Amino acid sequence: MFASLLGKLSWSQLPQDAITRGGAGSIVAGVFAIVVLITLLGRWKWLWKEWLTTQDPKKIGVMYIIVAVVMLLRGAGDALLMRTQQATAAGASGGILDSYHFQQIVSAHGTIMIFFVAMGLMFGLINLVLPLQIGARDVAFPFLNATSFWLFFAGMALVNLSLVIGDFSAAGWLSYPPLSELKYSPTVGVDYWIWALQIAGVGSMLSGINFLVTIIKMRAPGMTFMKMPMFAWSVMASMTLVAFAFPILTVTLALLALDRTLGMHFFTAGSGGNAMMYVNLIWAWGHPEVYILVLPAFGIYSEIVATFARKKLFGYTSMVWAIWAIVVLSFTVWLHHFFTMGAGADVNAFFGIMTGVIAIPTGVKIFNWLFTMYRGRISFKSPMLWFMGFVVVFTIGGVMGVLMSVPAIDYQVHNSLFLVAHFHMMIVGGVVFGYFAGLTYWFPKIFGFRLHEGLGKLAFWFWIGGFLLAFMPLYILGLMGATRRLDHYDASLGWQPLFIVAGIGALCVGVGIGFQLLQLIVSIWQRDQRRDLTGDPWGGRTLEWSVPSPAPVYNFTTTPVITDRDQFWVDKQSGKKPVKQYEDVLLPKNSGASVFIAGFAFMFGFGMVWHIYWLSVLALLALVTTIIVRASNDEPEYILTAKEVEKMDHALSRRKEQYV
Amino acid sequence: MKKRSKIWIGVLLGLAVVAVTGWYLHGHLISVLQPAGKVGAKERNLMAFCAALSVTVVVPVFALLWHIAWKYREDNAAHAKYTPDVDGNRLAETVWWLIPTVLIGIVSVITWRSSYAMDPFKPLTSTKPTLHIQVVAMDWKWLFIYPDQHIATVNEVAIPVDTPVDFEITSDAVMTSFWAPQLGGQMYAMPGMSTHLNLMASKSNNYGGVAANISGKGFADMKFTVRAMPQVGYNAWLRLVHNLYPAQLSTTTYAQLAKPSENVPVTYYSKVQPDLYDTIVMKYMMPIGDGTNTQTQEVNL
Amino acid sequence: MSEVTTTLNMHQIEARATEKTTFGFWVYLMTDCVLFAGLFSVYAVLHGNTFGGPSGHDLFKLPYVLVETMVLLTSSFTCGMAMLAAQRRDRTQVLAWLGVTFLLGLTFLGMELSEFHNMVLDGNSWRRSGFLSSYFTLVGTHGLHITFGLLWMAVTCVFMIKKGLTESVLKRLTLLSLFWHFLDVIWIFIFTIVYLFGSRGI
Repeated sequence: MFASLLGKLSWSQLPQDAITRGGAGSIVAGVFAIVVLITLLGRWKWLWKEWLTTQDPKKIGVMYIIVAVVMLLRGAGDALLMRTQQATAAGASGGILDSYHFQQIVSAHGTIMIFFVAMGLMFGLINLVLPLQIGARDVAFPFLNATSFWLFFAGMALVNLSLVIGDFSAAGWLSYPPLSELKYSPTVGVDYWIWALQIAGVGSMLSGINFLVTIIKMRAPGMTFMKMPMFAWSVMASMTLVAFAFPILTVTLALLALDRTLGMHFFTAGSGGNAMMYVNLIWAWGHPEVYILVLPAFGIYSEIVATFARKKLFGYTSMVWAIWAIVVLSFTVWLHHFFTMGAGADVNAFFGIMTGVIAIPTGVKIFNWLFTMYRGRISFKSPMLWFMGFVVVFTIGGVMGVLMSVPAIDYQVHNSLFLVAHFHMMIVGGVVFGYFAGLTYWFPKIFGFRLHEGLGKLAFWFWIGGFLLAFMPLYILGLMGATRRLDHYDASLGWQPLFIVAGIGALCVGVGIGFQLLQLIVSIWQRDQRRDLTGDPWGGRTLEWSVPSPAPVYNFTTTPVITDRDQFWVDKQSGKKPVKQYEDVLLPKNSGASVFIAGFAFMFGFGMVWHIYWLSVLALLALVTTIIVRASNDEPEYILTAKEVEKMDHALSRRKEQYV
Repeated sequence: MKKRSKIWIGVLLGLAVVAVTGWYLHGHLISVLQPAGKVGAKERNLMAFCAALSVTVVVPVFALLWHIAWKYREDNAAHAKYTPDVDGNRLAETVWWLIPTVLIGIVSVITWRSSYAMDPFKPLTSTKPTLHIQVVAMDWKWLFIYPDQHIATVNEVAIPVDTPVDFEITSDAVMTSFWAPQLGGQMYAMPGMSTHLNLMASKSNNYGGVAANISGKGFADMKFTVRAMPQVGYNAWLRLVHNLYPAQLSTTTYAQLAKPSENVPVTYYSKVQPDLYDTIVMKYMMPIGDGTNTQTQEVNL
Repeated sequence: MSEVTTTLNMHQIEARATEKTTFGFWVYLMTDCVLFAGLFSVYAVLHGNTFGGPSGHDLFKLPYVLVETMVLLTSSFTCGMAMLAAQRRDRTQVLAWLGVTFLLGLTFLGMELSEFHNMVLDGNSWRRSGFLSSYFTLVGTHGLHITFGLLWMAVTCVFMIKKGLTESVLKRLTLLSLFWHFLDVIWIFIFTIVYLFGSRGI
């Protein structure tokens, strides 16, 4: 009786082997250490009031980024394990991992890096910057925004819990059926994957709606669409894609879950299921997802290049058109992920051509950035270095992508390490470099002090060097016939030296990440001498630089009025000082409901994973009740009076004088 | 001065990398670039052409990037123009909308033509008749059925050189991919589906083949060998299998074979139950032994 | 908020908030549309995969579904009446019309569940075939939306009784009616594509 109450859960689900125990142990120890630390410092109340219940997008952004950075460490750890395995597992040596364990790590690495690192960094930066950039005081739906973050957090928690209790999916990061069906993956691994992504995915979808409305409805007066900063454009495009693509993910995951829990036959082999439909559906989300991630990064590059070249962005209108061309085209290329499924020449040819076509607007953007630099005054601060690294890596990766867009060539490189090298160049080179650049660039605005430049540059050089060293050999390995996700291979193939080089490269990237952490620590240590007192440390062009650093809770004392694309730059040039006129500001009150909603979602997911259905039902009821209780609250906002705003603003000015 | 020495170090480093890579590659087989079959050769040539085309883009872009970055760097302010308010040039922008468009236009034509010409389902033209081989991906081994020769093999497939081979591919487990890189591109193997891959070996040799898509625990060892041999040798091989291996592949022995197993040694069957392949495909399409039920359904319709 | 004296024009702020929320809700409905589009395409792919089991032609009883449809369409009409009453700020009438809508919605849901129940009793559950999986999921997802709409309706009524027809209750009523009409439209598609085509064996 008791056993059935716990579904599939039992003591035997705790980790059995040394490496998993190490991973699980470090997670448990890490969480435990944090809990103890907060208790010792007596900071629970502060944490709850200042952070966990906050609805200030700037703080939510910071929380997103903290989670994403921690997950980056986990994902990078997985990558190092994979590289170690492949560098050692030639011939008789089985390496350090068995195949099942290796496949779990492969799946976890992909899942975590896309959903909890890339998405986390993206939503974090959008939260931090977007409202400031469009002259808004908040997002359209602050409560929804907090809820999105906490759902993201719940999904993240579920993924990491799988390391401690049970196992994770071993079916690859997209869990193709029939392998991911109950018959071939009988453990809870795939269920963890499904519910973690489902919960985080709903959060992303709500964020998409939220930011879309924010951009469309909350721009400062005078900011017509064609006067929006390029980052805002790119976010708008990306969020449009989120709104169209994430429901497809929701459906796909739900159907796979129904197959696994209710014995349905959507993707099963036999009984009228159709696994090819899953592959179509998941990529109908998955390809737009790539652009969801990369478009905001493009936006960041646009801001950075213009700022550090001290020149207006070249070809603004072209850039906008290019972005929207990408949005539309990104829904017409998904089949290029499976040319080898035998769809027929006409279908393959169509999707191949569309894939080539989407490279056109992307290429145009590169030219526009180059010509923004042309006749500029470029200062190569670390954000600019990330941009340069991006152009190099992304161009190489992009060209390899054009090769793969030709079906007849793709047959020979699909599912190989060539493909792995290609998409890492696009996603790391395009997306991650962009977010790192953005983080360095906007860091002073959020925290009020600058990051250590020297360590940042050092981190960059280790990153780019290590990255090329880790992935260029994979192109060669792919051409030598090495498929992806191999836990071991014949020694006679002679692949081992290349795998060792790739492993060394990964290690260098690890050192780069180490320098980034060191940079953070040193910068916090020396924060007093790194204060940004001007609010404009880089010579910025857009509105976020017109307010003090760190940006105050109300963002702007006076709602700005826009007459130009680079409003702040133009104001600086003309020496125009904004008239300070304090006004009452309406701000969202803190609310713990978001935390509870996500907590119940987590319990719901946990119950579904382990077939503890009573828990899921209870959690769902509690979730709905929380929403109703929250809905009955008619005063979710408070007024920050003009007087208080004035007081805070003066305090900021005084602090400035104190340091000067 | 210091900057210049840095550049030289970079150049030397680059050359060293090229040299070491070249030296390493010289002693190793690069399957995709060293094909031993008609299809693989065509695919390699296509890849080389597209790569060359790409270089014509990458080189100018990189040159431009370095040139602009170098010339307009802050330190060089005295020697470089600065036009902070220039934000567009219609002619220039037209040019770089056109360049990639033209390029992609060329690639599109190549894509269109090659997709039809090199469709893996399309039989290869040859004076010799096509050899039909049915491939079944299983957990975790490859079964090859020769329907016309009535034999079957596991993890090894023999083919005569210069003879077109039509591999008809399905899976009796999860989805995976059939790939013998030196002969040509891959094709997915899926339960309840039958795909085709037409290949032709041009040189006698043994070629490696793999499962290219993750398929579970024994995935990495799910390999096979393609033994391409002259027609005479192939005929001898057929006789050998017929005479030396009494094992038969019937429904019962097949059920035994279908159980998950790893590192399965090469196995030969001198007799195969007719229509075994179709049975394997069909069992995912229709319930077994439910024929009467189905028929009444059809009458109802 | 009334005790705080403020220079903020609360009326204008509220109007803007309503505008934002309504627009946001439209965007949400669009995402829900994509979700249903996904389920419809899955149904389109799988509707022939009966795997020896019954097809739509064998299972669907068109007259029954027609009654179901009429019930839901009527509930859309009564929901519209409720909104008209809300424009007149006539709380009693709003409650009355919403009550009727609620009962009609409940009837629809009951009919759907009874239809499901009978199919399962006949051995034709979602486990039977790919076709039945997609049928139960598509129609069931709509049913789940209806359930959620009913809950929302009930909660809004309670708010209305407790607080009166305040701006915020009115805003929620507007969104609810949008939602309800949206589900009606989705049902028209289900009725046509699943039931009408299905019973014709298309």
